[in-house]
Amino acid sequence: MYVTKKGEEIFVIDGHTHFWDGSPANQRNVHGKQFIDCFFNYHTGLSPKEELWPKEKFEKYSAEDMHDDLFVKGYVDMAILQPTYLKEFYVNGFNTTEQNHKMAEAYPGRYICNGSFDPREGAKGIEYLHKLKEQYDIKGVKLYTAEWRGDSRGYKLTDTSCQEYLRWCEKLGIKNVHVHKGPTILPLNRDAFDVADIDDVATSFQNLNFIVEHCGLPRLDDFCWIATQETNVYAGLAVAIPFIHSRPAYFAHIISELLFWVGEDKILFGSDYGIWTPKWIIDKFMAFEMPKDVAAETGTSLTLESKRKILGLNAARLYDIDVAAQKQKLAPAPRQKVAAGGGWFR
Amino acid sequence: MNAVSPCEIPMEQLREDVWLRLSRVTDPELDEAVTDMGFIESYEIRDGGHVHVAFRLPTYWCSPNFAFMMGHDMRVSVMALPWVKHVDVVLGEHMYVDQINRGVNGGLSFQETFGDASNGELEEIRQTFLRKAFQWRQEALITDLLHRGAKAGALVDWTIDRLREASETEASRHLITRYLERRNVPGAFAGGDCALVSLDGTRLDASSMTDYLRAIRRIRTNAEFNGALCRRLLDERFATEPLNICQSGRATP
Repeated sequence: MYVTKKGEEIFVIDGHTHFWDGSPANQRNVHGKQFIDCFFNYHTGLSPKEELWPKEKFEKYSAEDMHDDLFVKGYVDMAILQPTYLKEFYVNGFNTTEQNHKMAEAYPGRYICNGSFDPREGAKGIEYLHKLKEQYDIKGVKLYTAEWRGDSRGYKLTDTSCQEYLRWCEKLGIKNVHVHKGPTILPLNRDAFDVADIDDVATSFQNLNFIVEHCGLPRLDDFCWIATQETNVYAGLAVAIPFIHSRPAYFAHIISELLFWVGEDKILFGSDYGIWTPKWIIDKFMAFEMPKDVAAETGTSLTLESKRKILGLNAARLYDIDVAAQKQKLAPAPRQKVAAGGGWFR
Repeated sequence: MNAVSPCEIPMEQLREDVWLRLSRVTDPELDEAVTDMGFIESYEIRDGGHVHVAFRLPTYWCSPNFAFMMGHDMRVSVMALPWVKHVDVVLGEHMYVDQINRGVNGGLSFQETFGDASNGELEEIRQTFLRKAFQWRQEALITDLLHRGAKAGALVDWTIDRLREASETEASRHLITRYLERRNVPGAFAGGDCALVSLDGTRLDASSMTDYLRAIRRIRTNAEFNGALCRRLLDERFATEPLNICQSGRATP
């Protein structure tokens, strides 16, 4: 919980977190090494200096560290764990639904564990999706469309096989589809980051919500255009929001575009933990004011109410979280004052 | 062709020639010169007209199509120098490093390089990003002109020559030059000598200028964000100062 100086409580749901194992022991090949190395460059490139982790911790952090960073120091009330399997790169996978769930069990009420599917797994994969629903009652899936599998370098949401899986999601009540676009996908002469397939499936699957992670970056321009036309398309802020520290002017432009095209009811906060930790991001986001020239240019504003929606209420709506009840449930934990930043946390 | 012998030209001049040719190659996705982005790791000129260029990208995962385009464009651009006999352009540490280096330096097309993993050449994706670059440069230009007091009603009637006259400052000259470099994207004759045209070649409408700029501004936001992110990642990945013409040609390790 973030509490403003005036005492207003902001319920925080971190919409994009991971509990991964990218350690050398788990790396299957050079791709596994390059994958975590690339993440580490995002971490070192965009975090404030005092928030940097040693490489070893970054490769594999403990459940306690994660709990501490999110729920003790980081103002977060609940977090959504987004699995990324990457079994071609990591021996035991990078982070799977099963691993996430096992970890989350120790912290009741804190984590929402999403599942995942791979449309290239045929009937076996559909069976697996059923299993995830029955066993963990998943409300959402995270899809990394550039996941390698054999000779395949990824898939599109409009592939016939993927549409079949999405029909199953609809039937099973797995209504939140988080999409993360990656750099491959065949044929290679096309733009792998193209978000047009999200437009298509959002029209076809009106009962599903499509949360486009990284707000469609590096295709924010095309994404905004889609999101403005589809009522069930949302923007996840992970990767964009850390710019609030190193390049606040860029962040101002991005958030104003999102507010204009997507709207404050359809933007979700995500730290992308462990790439970044939520405390400093939330401190800066709560202190952030839209520069006058950007506001004038775009006619958008970022009010306390907008921040409240982005930091928690929008995700709560998608995941049927009763915020008042959840606050009560989490209330007994001791309340402490934070040394820096003007916020309080519970 | 290649009638000029490099021996007659001072090495410094040769290096400058190569750098200038490289600086004309842009990252199509970011619409920035590869030299400004720090993608040139080193370049050498060896025995009588052999140029070797080493380049690098911000991640191992950068899209192979753009990586191939940049490699190809660098090779073609440097090859155009009259004294150059041979050019190698070598990409380092990338998921498709072998294919890209073999394809680019063997003069193969993208399709020939990637076979079944591709279903055509890169012309379509190149055009897509040229159109974005046109809109980005145009939005930056018009926004600047309006800030400097020009009226939308007059701007839409400006000819290309009139636009050139508006180079009051270094910054505005830069914006005008950049825009005019892409002025042909809607078609060489689209809009005649009218400076500002939309992507479909029609003249801009002063009464809807605000909405028009509003609609294309997101392209600039996106490209600038990507550029900033790529610079950060490149810095972290290689921890080197960007190479420039003043240096010896080798980036510090």
